[in-house]
Amino acid sequence: MSQLLSVENLKTYFTTYHGLVKAVDDVSYYINDREIVGLVGESGCGKSVSQLSVMQLIQNPPGEIVGGRIMFEGKDLLKYPSMGTDMRSIRGGKIAMVFQEPMTSLNPTLTICQQLTETTVLHLGLSKPAARDKAIEMLKQVGIPEAETRVHDYPYQFSGGMRQRVMIAMALSCNPKLLIADEPTTAIDVTTQAVLLELMQDMVKRYNSSLVVVTHNLGIVARYAQRIYVMYAGHIVETGNSRDLFKSPRHPYTIGLLKCVPRLDEEQGRKLVPIEGIPPNLINMPPTCAFLPRCRFHSEICKKEPWPQLRQVGAQHWVSCYEDIK
Amino acid sequence: MHNIGCHVMKILNNDQLKDNILLQVKNLKMYFPITRGVLRRRIADIKAIDGISFSVRKGETLGLVGESGCGKTTSGRCVLRLYEPTSGQIIFKGMDITHLPERKIRPLRYDLGVIFQDPSNSLDPRQTAGSIVGEPLIVHHIVHSKAEYEEKIAELFRMVGLDFSMVDRVPHEFSGGQKQRIGIARALASHPSLIVCDEPVSALDVSIQAQIINLLKDLQEKLSLTYLFVAHDLSVVRHMSDRVAVMYLGHIMEITGSSELYRNPLHPYTRALLSAVPVPDPEVEEKRQRILLKGEVPSPLHPPSGCCFHPRCQEATPDCSQIVPPLRVVGDNHEVACLRV
Repeated sequence: MSQLLSVENLKTYFTTYHGLVKAVDDVSYYINDREIVGLVGESGCGKSVSQLSVMQLIQNPPGEIVGGRIMFEGKDLLKYPSMGTDMRSIRGGKIAMVFQEPMTSLNPTLTICQQLTETTVLHLGLSKPAARDKAIEMLKQVGIPEAETRVHDYPYQFSGGMRQRVMIAMALSCNPKLLIADEPTTAIDVTTQAVLLELMQDMVKRYNSSLVVVTHNLGIVARYAQRIYVMYAGHIVETGNSRDLFKSPRHPYTIGLLKCVPRLDEEQGRKLVPIEGIPPNLINMPPTCAFLPRCRFHSEICKKEPWPQLRQVGAQHWVSCYEDIK
Repeated sequence: MHNIGCHVMKILNNDQLKDNILLQVKNLKMYFPITRGVLRRRIADIKAIDGISFSVRKGETLGLVGESGCGKTTSGRCVLRLYEPTSGQIIFKGMDITHLPERKIRPLRYDLGVIFQDPSNSLDPRQTAGSIVGEPLIVHHIVHSKAEYEEKIAELFRMVGLDFSMVDRVPHEFSGGQKQRIGIARALASHPSLIVCDEPVSALDVSIQAQIINLLKDLQEKLSLTYLFVAHDLSVVRHMSDRVAVMYLGHIMEITGSSELYRNPLHPYTRALLSAVPVPDPEVEEKRQRILLKGEVPSPLHPPSGCCFHPRCQEATPDCSQIVPPLRVVGDNHEVACLRV
C-alpha cells in the first residue's frame, strides 16, 4: 500500500488578542491508498484545523500554517499559494470534504443542481448538460428518490440527512482520491447517522478513494476506521490499528476516554471513570505534556521534560507518553 | 378503542405498585395548533405526543429516548406543566395536575425540578452563580434568614462539587461542565421529588459527560432522587436509567428494564435504534448486525395511519397500516406497541 497523503510536522497557529493559540502543533500523520482513517478528539483539540490545513482553508489572519509539509501525490501542497490554480484544482477535485453542518454548508440561494454542477464543470471540464446528468446520477447513487426533479430543488426543501447526502454526492462527484469527512454526522439522528456512514463507506470503496473520518465519537471510529489517530490539545497522542488501539490503549488520555463513555453492550452498574479536570486552554501553553494536569499516571519526568515524541510500542502502534502503561 | 385497552392494562400493571408510584401519565396528548390568518384560524395540529402512558416509581430513573422530533422533550415539559396538555392525565403524587391553573401549579413547582440541556443558555448571564442556585430557596420560602440562605448555598455547592469561592462569579466565567453543575445545584435547591433531566449531558464533551453522569448517579443515591431522564443518546440513557421508554413520532414503542432492552429488544424500531449506535470496540462491532432504516421520520403534521413506524418497518404487514398497536404487556416489566410481537 502506498501513501496517498503524508503530513509532516504541521503547525497551524492562530493569533488572538489573548495570545498565540497553537491549534495544531507538530502533527504528523499519513493516509494510505484506499484506507479509512479515524481522527478522534474532543472539541478544540485541533482535529478540524488539521484537516482544514490540508485543504488550505485556514483563514489568514488570524490563522496561519507556520510550518511543516503536506505531501500529496509526491508534491508539497504548502508550496502552492492557497488561492492559486494548483491548489484550486486539488481542493474539491482531488481532495474533497464533507463538512459538519449540512444546514449551513450548502448555499441556500442556489439550487442543488447549480451547486453540484459547479465542481464538475470546473474540475472535470464537463459541459452544462453533461454536468447536470452527472449530478442526477450522483444523487441517485447517494439514494435520493426522484433525483431528476429533486435536483432543481433548493437546500431548504431537503431534510438534514438528505442535505448531508447531497454533500456526499458533491464531494464525490469529481472522483477525489481523498475524502475528508469532518464530523459528518454530529448534528444528525443516530439511525440516519448509521445510514450515512454506511453510504460513505460504500461510496469510497466504489470510487477507490481514501476516507478520513474526523469525529469525537469513539464508536464510529471503532465501526469504520482501519487506523486511528487520537488528538489532544493540538498533538497526536496515540496512533495505531483500530484493534490494537481499542484492545490495549497505551496513552493515559486514550485509556481515560475509553473508560469514561457508557457502552451499549455492557452490563448495568459499571461506574464510569471520568477524566478529572477540563481540557486545557490552548493559549500560551506550557511546554510540558498538556495532559499532565489530568493524568493519573504522571511521574517526575513529565513535569521536567517537554512534550514527549511519539515512540513505537507495537507493529503500527505509536504513543506519545513517557510512562509505559500496559 | 385501542387506547382504552392500553389504559386498562396500565392500570392493572400499576395497581401492584400503587404505593410507590410518584408520577403517572395516562394517554397523554399534546397537539400544537397551526393557525392561519388574522383570526388565527386553526388549520391543523402537530401531534407532538399522541397518547403516551407511563409511570415513574419513587427512587427510580425512567429514561425517555428517541430521535429528534419524537416528542421526548415535549413529554418532559408536559410533566413539568410548562405546557398544558391537549388531553390525558398527569398524576403527580396522587394529584391530577393536568389542567391545574398556574396559581395552583406554582406552589407545586418546588417539587418538580428540571435540568436543561444547554447550560450556557439556561442560566441567566447576569446573575451570579450563588443567586441562581439560591433563587428557589427564596421563591419557595425554604429559608428564613440570610445565614440560613448562605449555609444552604454552600451546602448545595459542595454537593455538586463546585468550589464555594466561585459563588460570586457569573455563568460565563465557568466551563461547560461547571455550568451544568450550577444547573444541577439549582434543581436540587428546593429538594424536589421528581427531577426532569432534559438532555443534561449532550452539550458536553465526552470526558466531562462522565463527570456529570456520575454526579447525577451519586446524588440520586445520596438523596434518593427520582429522575425522568430525557436524552437521544441510547448508551447514556441505558447507563443512567432503570427502565427505558423508546419513543417514535409521539408514541411510546417499547418500555422495559434497561438490561432487557439491550438483551431482548422486541420492537423493530428499538432493534434498529440499538443497531445504529456504534460500540467503541472493533471486535464487537464486526459481529454486530446492522439494521438500516429506509426513508425518513414522517412529519408529525401528517403521521402515517396505523402504526406510525410502518412505512419504515421491515416487518410491516398490511395490517400495520390499518391498526394502531396498543402498548401491551408482553413479559415481566416489558411493554411493547407492535402487532407483530
